[in-house]
Amino acid sequence: MAGSTPASLTADAPAETSAARKARRFSPWQEAWRRFRRHKMALVSAFALLVIVFAVLAGPFIWPVPINEIDFTAKLQGPSVSHPMGTDDLGQDLLARLIYGGRISLAVGVAAMVVAIFVGVLIGAIAGMASGAVDAALMWVTDLFLSLPQLPLLLLVIYLFREPVKGVLGIEGGAFVLIVAVIGGTRWMPAARLVRAQFLSIREKEFVEAARALGASRLRLVLMHILPNAMGPVIVVATIDIAAAIIAESTLSFLGLGFPSDVPTWGSVLRDAKDYLDIAPHWALFPGALIFITVLAINFIGDGLRDALDPRRVL
Amino acid sequence: MAENLLDIRGLKTWFKTDDGVVRAVDGVDLHLDRGETLGVVGESGCGKTVTARSVLKLIDMPPGRFEAGEILWKGRNLIPLPAEEMNKIRAREIAIIFQEPMTSLNPVYTVGYQIAEVLRQHENLSRKQAVEGAVEMLRLVNIPNPGKRVHDYPHQFSGGMRQRVMIAMALSCKPQLLIADEPTTALDVTIQAQILELMQEMKDRLGMSIMLITHAMGVVAETCQRVVVMYAGKVVEEAPVEALFANPRHPYTQGLIRSIPRVDRAAAKERLEAIPGTVPSLLTPPPGCRFAARCKYAMDVCVTAMPPLKEVGPGHRVACVL
Repeated sequence: MAGSTPASLTADAPAETSAARKARRFSPWQEAWRRFRRHKMALVSAFALLVIVFAVLAGPFIWPVPINEIDFTAKLQGPSVSHPMGTDDLGQDLLARLIYGGRISLAVGVAAMVVAIFVGVLIGAIAGMASGAVDAALMWVTDLFLSLPQLPLLLLVIYLFREPVKGVLGIEGGAFVLIVAVIGGTRWMPAARLVRAQFLSIREKEFVEAARALGASRLRLVLMHILPNAMGPVIVVATIDIAAAIIAESTLSFLGLGFPSDVPTWGSVLRDAKDYLDIAPHWALFPGALIFITVLAINFIGDGLRDALDPRRVL
Repeated sequence: MAENLLDIRGLKTWFKTDDGVVRAVDGVDLHLDRGETLGVVGESGCGKTVTARSVLKLIDMPPGRFEAGEILWKGRNLIPLPAEEMNKIRAREIAIIFQEPMTSLNPVYTVGYQIAEVLRQHENLSRKQAVEGAVEMLRLVNIPNPGKRVHDYPHQFSGGMRQRVMIAMALSCKPQLLIADEPTTALDVTIQAQILELMQEMKDRLGMSIMLITHAMGVVAETCQRVVVMYAGKVVEEAPVEALFANPRHPYTQGLIRSIPRVDRAAAKERLEAIPGTVPSLLTPPPGCRFAARCKYAMDVCVTAMPPLKEVGPGHRVACVL
């Protein structure tokens, strides 16, 4: 590493200063960024994702067309100047609907990832620290969840709980919470297994022992010393979880079990388009491409992060 | 004996494994006075490290267990102490440094932050005061340019420097006892000397005691006042350092001393003597003297009963029938 300095006490001060200053540039995050930049696809993907995120956030101000303005004279039109992404069978502007849908899809993706990672880290950390019977029981639950088929489970849970949750949180809010909970609740297992494995190895590291010897409590050991060192792979899983959650939401919407049909998401626009594939292919192509690009970009970013955060890999 | 800072009596630390109970420490008595450097020597697997970790209660339980004995720290038995009480003693009264300086620092924080954290936990300082304290500690352990180095990460330090940082961290709360568990084994020889010198200097400055665990007899000769020789989980000899080297009584100690490479003997083309065999299994220790199988003076009586420690000189005790 660049910062290794001679242990000799006689090292002259000016040389020491410049070495120290030079070394300062490589804090772990700066080092990770330097390595991330080497991964060209990840860099391009990060840029593409930023553009998409910016578009769905700022889009309504730049393209202030209502998402539900019906115009039967302009139905099923291909891309044009007045409708850059064309229109659907009710003459609604697809660009406006996809901008709005992108907000929901990305929000669902991020929120479901947060739920999945939170549950996964919690369960993995408890299992990894407790060991013995608690560990075995938690891993048993994890394996149980892993063996459940995800899609039928999603359908079942949504059938059972859609109405009650809708009653409490309203149609759109209820759908959002239910979908996030269901996707997050069925995707925490990889994170849990990963965190447990990380904990099992990191808690035996000497610096944890050293911190314990210097009077750090158990909670402090977990939060300060073990968890930060376990987060590298978890961040990578988190990015992949966002992509998976976006696909899951699109799948649910495509099956008509996601958001109500008047709320556009990328998945529901795709579902509405499926009957018109032969006469209006643009209708399906745009949401499909957006899902594709977003998921691909997030996966590439995860790939880049994996390389950047793995200290054993020389880049 | 009332002056003892640390007094370990009949300590038995056993580990439960799938193959049976490993008696890693099996009835160890040792004591440490104020301001003293005590060497604990013995080959790998003889229970030195487990003894040291037992003092700070760093043994994982299970599988470990204190089977018997007491650890009296200033007259207070540490074994029944609850975890929170123990955390107050760690670092403030007893600190430990480990063998591996390369991995003993958390790679995600700057060294200054790590030292400051120890200070903040125990001394109730503000963040700024703690960082100043960290700089002061780095200066104390002779790290050049401490004001800048305090913001560096562990990977920016060499092995010897990291061990200095570990010492700074361990001593930041001015403990009365520093347990050094093979602090120089992983370092090269010139750095070893520097670290030992540093520990000596810190000891004088802070007026603390050191329990130095090592398997290098040379290190013991240089730094310790008293030596405890351990073999297979038991103390076999205990003596002031001069007496031990001048008149080693236990055959195991004699073997250890003979196995030190010496320049004058090398010139005479003498072969370096090694002790034949290895440490016996601690799963089923032999009933008699545990060294009997490797001892060239072994007699019938050695195999039947473990000889107790008996006084053979001032402060010199040995567990051998000879």
